[in-house]
Amino acid sequence: MVRDEERNTMRILLQLVSTIALIATILPSIMFLTDSLDLAQTKLWMLIATIVWFIATPLWMGQPSELEHEEVVI
Amino acid sequence: MADDQSQPTEEYEREPVPQRALLGFKNFIGMYAGEHCAGTELMIGPLFVAAGVSAYDVVVGLLLGNALAVLSWMLLTAPIAVRARLTLYYQLEKICGRNLVTLYNLANGVMFCFLAGSMITVSATALGVWFDFPMPGLNDVYPNSIGWVLAVLAVGTAISIVAAYGYEMVSRIANIAAPWMVLVFLAFGLVGLKEFIAINDMQINSLSDLWHLAQSSIWKGGEPLEGQVKFTFWHVTFFAWFCNMAMHIGMSDLSVFRFARHSWYGISTAAGMYVGHFMAWLSASVLYALQLHNDPASTDVLPGPLAYKACGIAGLICVIIAGWTTANPTIYRAGLAFQAIVPNKSRFAVTLFTGAIATVAGMFPAIAMQLLGFVALYGLLLMPMGAVVFADFWLFPRFGLQPYYAERNGLSFNWAAGLTWFITLGICLALVKSDIEINGIQPFQIWFVALPGWFIATALYIFLSKIYQQRSP
Repeated sequence: MVRDEERNTMRILLQLVSTIALIATILPSIMFLTDSLDLAQTKLWMLIATIVWFIATPLWMGQPSELEHEEVVI
Repeated sequence: MADDQSQPTEEYEREPVPQRALLGFKNFIGMYAGEHCAGTELMIGPLFVAAGVSAYDVVVGLLLGNALAVLSWMLLTAPIAVRARLTLYYQLEKICGRNLVTLYNLANGVMFCFLAGSMITVSATALGVWFDFPMPGLNDVYPNSIGWVLAVLAVGTAISIVAAYGYEMVSRIANIAAPWMVLVFLAFGLVGLKEFIAINDMQINSLSDLWHLAQSSIWKGGEPLEGQVKFTFWHVTFFAWFCNMAMHIGMSDLSVFRFARHSWYGISTAAGMYVGHFMAWLSASVLYALQLHNDPASTDVLPGPLAYKACGIAGLICVIIAGWTTANPTIYRAGLAFQAIVPNKSRFAVTLFTGAIATVAGMFPAIAMQLLGFVALYGLLLMPMGAVVFADFWLFPRFGLQPYYAERNGLSFNWAAGLTWFITLGICLALVKSDIEINGIQPFQIWFVALPGWFIATALYIFLSKIYQQRSP
């Protein structure tokens, strides 16, 4: 039961990281559009966001969530 | 352009989908939004610019054309899908007989090979950024350097081997990459837009300023580039409507919507159309327009370098993934289509062979560079069978004709359906070749001819079936 809760917490954290990575993928280009960032910085931040997205997302996307698991069990 | 990657796990290939297996609306939204951001979008957007589109033509044309595509899914495909709940292939087999379906599979498989070839071409342009070999130009037909051939060979071989082993892994990567890829496509447009603003030293304070920039610098209209056909509002509209014709009017997506609870789920295709076939096309076209603006002599449509200049390595990764994840299932499905023709050969061997054909096709840049025409031809080729399914399902009972004629009479080749397919294609291609011009307009160009073609096919199938069903025992 405790392990399930830990897993759920981890899943939520990973989803949060993915969401931030997704925002960080588009934000640099918006900041470039509004003159808040130069192109080199835009490319760098997009690359960092890309790396974070592809590390964090496979850890939860496509994996069965505890909620789904419980529904099936019940 | 796209290929579905998120099929439900149980396929129900030779039975109607049961009530318990039906899927909710969100499944369809996710599937269509993800699958229509493909590698080919990075070719199509720039090719619009090469075809000399104006801002009004491309923006309003895409809005209208995509709406017509969504309506086609909603009103033609989904209503039959939720009533019959069969795959296209099984439904065609009931109507046309096994041998005619095999012929359909062959046509589908060949077109899939060429389509996958163009996706391999897109991915290979990303390698050109790293290895700096000469890449093909807009009007090149044949491969123009050893480096290019080797790059396509490397990409094509890798994709084919993965496809031969089954594409579950790539399908998973595609699902993971989809939301990120959509945003990178959007970033292409935003970066390109900012570059245009800077070059023109403009201030954008309102939508009318933005529209002025779009008209005067990005999509200026005028003559197309050498070797390209001029695209007007109607070309853009019909292209957007018919580029997935095989899926909606051609009824391929019966296999998808047989899992839908209601036919109005067809509206979920709007997610794919307005993300992939509106935003992504416009974004990619902005990058190419910028390239032309900076150097009018630089007409090459090379997604790799375009993406790299705009978004650096993230852009390159996007090009590779977009090409890879869509070429893979396309080769896999082409392999399945061919395997139906030679069932004694292993799927592994057939898929490798299919991948080899796609790779060789990818070496010839003519397919990718003439993608606007090729996509129209692809839809046209499969459209008559969609008309056959439509007429068989809705119109046959009204005309006193037997639906599912091949199944009911044990036929392996329904000649009424076969002749409908061949004659319709013959008439359409003859109209295209005729170059008929009415008041300076050519109404039977490859992008338009499928519309009268659908009515011809529907009428022809009813007429031929009247004769065929009376003569048959």
